[in-house]
Amino acid sequence: MHKVMSNPKMIALYVLPSLLLILGIIYVPIILTGYYGLMQWDGVSPMTFIGLENYKTLLQDAAFGNSMLHSFLFAVLSTLSLSVYMLIALVLSGQIKGANLLRKIYLIPMLLSSVAIAQLWLKIYHPSSGILNSFLEALGVEETPDWLADPDIVLTALFVPILWQYAGFYILIYYAALKNIPSSLIEAARIDGANSLQIALRIKLPLAAEVIKVTVVLAVVGSLKYFDLIYVMTDGGPNGASEVMASYMYSKAFRSFDFGYASAIGFFLLIVCLVMTWGIRRLTATKDTIEYS
Amino acid sequence: MKKQVYAAALTTAMLGTLLAGCGGGGGTEGAGSNSGGTAGTAGGEKVTLKMMHLWPDGSNSAQNKLVKQIIDDYQAANPKVTIQTEVLENEQYKNKLKVLSASNNLPDVGFTWAAGFLEPYIKGNMFTPLDDLLKGDLNGKFVSGTTEAYAIDGKTYALPVELNIVPVYYNKEIFKKYNLTPPATLEELKTVIKTLTDNGVTPVALGGKDAWTSSFWYMYLAERIGGAGLLDKSIASGTFTDPGLIQAGRTMQELVDLKAFQKGFNGLSNDEAKSEFMNEKAAMYAMGTWEVPNYTTNPDVPQAFKDKIGFFKFPTVEGGKGTVNNWVGGPGVGLFVSEKSKVKEEAKKFVSYFVQKWGENSVTKAGIIPATKVDTAAVQLPPMFTELLSELNKADKVTLYVDVQMKPGASEEHHNLVQALAGKALTPEEFAKKQEEALKAGK
Repeated sequence: MHKVMSNPKMIALYVLPSLLLILGIIYVPIILTGYYGLMQWDGVSPMTFIGLENYKTLLQDAAFGNSMLHSFLFAVLSTLSLSVYMLIALVLSGQIKGANLLRKIYLIPMLLSSVAIAQLWLKIYHPSSGILNSFLEALGVEETPDWLADPDIVLTALFVPILWQYAGFYILIYYAALKNIPSSLIEAARIDGANSLQIALRIKLPLAAEVIKVTVVLAVVGSLKYFDLIYVMTDGGPNGASEVMASYMYSKAFRSFDFGYASAIGFFLLIVCLVMTWGIRRLTATKDTIEYS
Repeated sequence: MKKQVYAAALTTAMLGTLLAGCGGGGGTEGAGSNSGGTAGTAGGEKVTLKMMHLWPDGSNSAQNKLVKQIIDDYQAANPKVTIQTEVLENEQYKNKLKVLSASNNLPDVGFTWAAGFLEPYIKGNMFTPLDDLLKGDLNGKFVSGTTEAYAIDGKTYALPVELNIVPVYYNKEIFKKYNLTPPATLEELKTVIKTLTDNGVTPVALGGKDAWTSSFWYMYLAERIGGAGLLDKSIASGTFTDPGLIQAGRTMQELVDLKAFQKGFNGLSNDEAKSEFMNEKAAMYAMGTWEVPNYTTNPDVPQAFKDKIGFFKFPTVEGGKGTVNNWVGGPGVGLFVSEKSKVKEEAKKFVSYFVQKWGENSVTKAGIIPATKVDTAAVQLPPMFTELLSELNKADKVTLYVDVQMKPGASEEHHNLVQALAGKALTPEEFAKKQEEALKAGK
């Protein structure tokens, strides 16, 4: 059997089916998206080649600028919230009572589908019968906010459930990373007189650095292309106040029937994500890898 | 050596399956188109018609049953015809239609929306003109003004099955409690709104997240202030500078200031707003006549509630040019026949049959106003229905929903702008200016 596996032709033969699938399902559509981005096309009638016109419009499109701003704001926010998740993971990985139960509590939102979460939070935010406003009214607030209808607060109102939704995911990753650190290291530090804070900052965090890098990339790229909860909860409204890049792309493609333009947005989004990933990896590149010994 | 043989055998086997897969696929496809082709030309053999519609059982069960009934009847009368249906929910239907037409795979018969939605499909040569049906079998069967919405450059590309107008429904019991009568003028409407808000009742249920619902209010105000046909003219000419249009925006914001619409309406969907009305928390609700079954025939709604609901025509505005008999509305979806269909003649015959049967049965069985003429004397109908039908016969004009009139890009922008206008994020002047820009962009 070894002979078969070291035969280049055989390798090609075994790799080929999945390679074709990946090419066909992922890479070909990416190239096609780039190609459609150069067209004026409503998705039905014949397309006309207009070169980089869509991209020029994109740069001057105030609505797109806004949605991009919202996406970036969201990326920054979710990156910052990683520190909170790490803090929770540090606490959970220590010897506290009920850590197991707490971990499960944090993880449950992740098990719900986005649409279910959206429905849940729609109820919470309901302007007259939602629990949030009922609570505020009980406290004596007279003008309760219209969480999803007020352009000034709708973004914040949306980010809360999204960050809440993903908290469990990141906490789980961090928790696993921290649990992987050999306890001998921590015990040694403790014998040397280090307190919990010192152990966390000097030992646990540096050893989890690789994982943190990965989560930063995940958080940034995930935020930039975020779509589902926003689509269900506000559909980008009111008047684009909660539009992000992906929801704007959807609206251009399926509501305005501007497929060429939507493809240009999609391609642009891909490039932004690639650049951000590359940038983050560059910024956080370390030469010496830490090894447990 | 043995291993190599084994590997070679494996290889041939794998390649074999791959090739077989491709060959098999190609083969059936060829066979399918062949049989379709011969059937269409010979006429005496079996024909399969593919049809797509947007009334899934459950959410639109009345329509769903009606479609099934019509198809069964047709198949019984034409044993050589088989009709295969595919059913999708509204939004998915729109998306799938687009994808299918991009890949030249439209069903033989399907539903489309009018005007702006239709245009790209006509430019792409996807639907076949149905004027011969209108001149033949269906001559004079349609309510005037309904098929026109599906005509582009003098050819009609789809035949409507529904006709809807937008009345304002109101809860008689709430009105009675506060000694109110249905308002005939805007001033009276404002008084009604004030009385209701003073008593802690939401005057109007409005789901502004689905901006087309807010658009009803804007459209009515524009037509009442600027006169019947103002919106049609403005959209056709691509200008939005008429003072009536700006005044309408101002009045819309006045109503918002009076707290006419429920709290946080711009973040609520139409379904959420509707439930406020159905739960009797809101006194009024402006919505298309497709809601009428809920107040008349729908067995899931308690009779006690149905008895409380009445409707009135949108009030006139003092000094405005519009009359009370100008309605906002229009045909809903219409049936098209694919240009690329291999059984076009059969498909046309079916469409003609479908439209007529639908016209006869939709009022009594599904509670839908068809786009074909109804003889109200001949059928037994709930009173609200008869009243609305006779209103429709008296109508001076039915203004087609502006978002349907506009091309998709401008229509989407209209939704955003109406939302912003109602949320007071734009002044009426800015609203008009931006709407004009969107119309001028020509998308």
